[in-house]
Amino acid sequence: MQAVLKSIDRPVAIAFGFIVVLLLAGSLYSSSFLSANYLLQQLQVAAFLGLVASGVMLVILLGHIDLSIPWLVTVGGMMSTAAAGWWGPEWAIPFGVFCGLVFGIVNGLGVAILRVPSMIFTLGINAVAQGIMVLHTGGFAPQDHATDLMHWLAVERVVLGIPNAVFIWALLGAAIVIMLKRTALGRYIYAIGNKEGATYLSGVNTRLVIIACFAISGMCSALAGVLLAGYSSKGYQAMGDPYLLPAIAAVVLGGTHILGGRGSYLGTVAGVILISLLASILSVMQMPEAGRQIIYGCVIVGMLLVYGRGQKVLG
Amino acid sequence: MSAPSSTPSSTLADWKLRASQGQGLLIAVAVFLAMFTLYISNHPAGLTVPVATTAANKAVLLALVAMAQTLPVLTGGLDLSVGMVFVMTNSLASTIVSGEPWQVALGIVGVLLAGAAAGFVNGAIVVYGRLQPIITTLATGAVYYGVALLLRPVPGGDVDPDLADFMTYTVFEVVPTSLVLLLAVVVLVWLPFRNSVIGRGCYAVGSSEGAAYMSGVAIGRSRLAAYTLAGLLAGVAGLMLTFVTFSGEASAPIGGTYTLNSIAAVVIGGTSLYGGAGGAIGSIFGAFILRTIDDLLFVFDLPPLWQPLFQGVVLLGAVSLGAARVFRVKNRLELFN
Repeated sequence: MQAVLKSIDRPVAIAFGFIVVLLLAGSLYSSSFLSANYLLQQLQVAAFLGLVASGVMLVILLGHIDLSIPWLVTVGGMMSTAAAGWWGPEWAIPFGVFCGLVFGIVNGLGVAILRVPSMIFTLGINAVAQGIMVLHTGGFAPQDHATDLMHWLAVERVVLGIPNAVFIWALLGAAIVIMLKRTALGRYIYAIGNKEGATYLSGVNTRLVIIACFAISGMCSALAGVLLAGYSSKGYQAMGDPYLLPAIAAVVLGGTHILGGRGSYLGTVAGVILISLLASILSVMQMPEAGRQIIYGCVIVGMLLVYGRGQKVLG
Repeated sequence: MSAPSSTPSSTLADWKLRASQGQGLLIAVAVFLAMFTLYISNHPAGLTVPVATTAANKAVLLALVAMAQTLPVLTGGLDLSVGMVFVMTNSLASTIVSGEPWQVALGIVGVLLAGAAAGFVNGAIVVYGRLQPIITTLATGAVYYGVALLLRPVPGGDVDPDLADFMTYTVFEVVPTSLVLLLAVVVLVWLPFRNSVIGRGCYAVGSSEGAAYMSGVAIGRSRLAAYTLAGLLAGVAGLMLTFVTFSGEASAPIGGTYTLNSIAAVVIGGTSLYGGAGGAIGSIFGAFILRTIDDLLFVFDLPPLWQPLFQGVVLLGAVSLGAARVFRVKNRLELFN
């Protein structure tokens, strides 16, 4: 028992504690906040953010950041539906994720080989992806309906009433946990986040690791876009815009250090649920958008002031 | 410090050093001049006062926001809330900058104070809360957007029309007033700040925080000043936006676009995202370059569908220019700094 408690560090514990507090506070407002149906609904919505945040977390662990999320999510959604129109529905999901992979690799090449700061290079890729999507929609009038499989994956609940999307998130999460904890690649990611030069001198091909992480991040975003398109039954422009800031906030609230090298996937799960739950409770309380934004920002700053403070400069 | 009397050779070396330090700025100025010449020579009306005024009004908005972004970047930080402060002060200005002359004057002071206060909050959280600037300003950006929505739930509002006309037309019917404003900000705010002890401190903190601390630089005060001044400059930009549009709008897309473009402008203008090198003048030209790209697309009549892609590719190319150094580096270890 003690070993389990020890393995959960302070930020993760506080984040989970805050989730419980939110649920209890919500249940004072309405008892439906504790019903299984409401909680499963929250998990389903959180799953999309969870997929995006998984990729973002890997990139942040490296000490980089991926600002191309919004339009890579859109690329995933729009290209999967378009592929279904061009070659048949079985191509939809593979092609959508493949497009995310390609953009992710380009991100990685720019950051690892050209050494352009990731903040600005991924920003440029985001603009290019947007340009291609605008051209694609206007020039070729593609199909934008999601296939039956995409809809099934995103909306249906097959096992025990648990949404399928949650299973996809769980599968991806398990894969990432195994990669981070049990493979050399995972250890390299933490090592690069701590000191890239030292990792390079230890004989690690750091460029390849960076490219791999950006590639995975691109795939995660595109997969989230594919499922989102299934959820809303079509792919459309700017569908990924609401995901960038919550994804970064979720990762950081879960205790991952924004400068890299430290963090756990469990924390990211906590952060994702926390952000989704906060948004949901505020909207159930019919809080106007202005108040929601203010509370949202204050919660992030407030929680980080509790456990995310940096060290004092001492020379 | 008074400059020592210099022999001709040391003056030459001095100029060489300054040129190499200002390389990014010089390239940005040259690229802008080339692009603007191309634009004017292909514009059906040529370089007339209305053409220049329209171009200036659009460019000065981004230039002011980019100047604001430069200050935190120089300290090795970043301000992701700068666009939202811009939107918030725009919403505020559309509410209080109208009526009697004294009310207008008071309103302007209020708008600038609000911008500076927003920046001060950012700085205080970064310095005293010891949170990372990226995540701090991400969160405060949401708060400032919320405040903007409170002030202006639907687009609209009003601003003193005479003042707005004056600010968006020309001085002596030749020079766009917005350019005069920009010059005034450079001469009255940026240059004195850069040459002050606090301003030097910002560069020192960005170069090496530990060394700056050991040398007795007031690192906290320098950072705080950088973020506060960034808020103030974003406030000037928000005020100017109100004069251009005659209204206020709490728009998240506008805030987001200006934030991202301001970072791009800072990088194109030769300021290092790692801090410690560059300056606001470069960012102004970076902003001018970004704006001229849009104008060039207009005069060359590119199909509208292709424009976003073209803008994206140019942006990506511009920010990748710095990659040239990678191929000159002899020891790969130097890349990891």
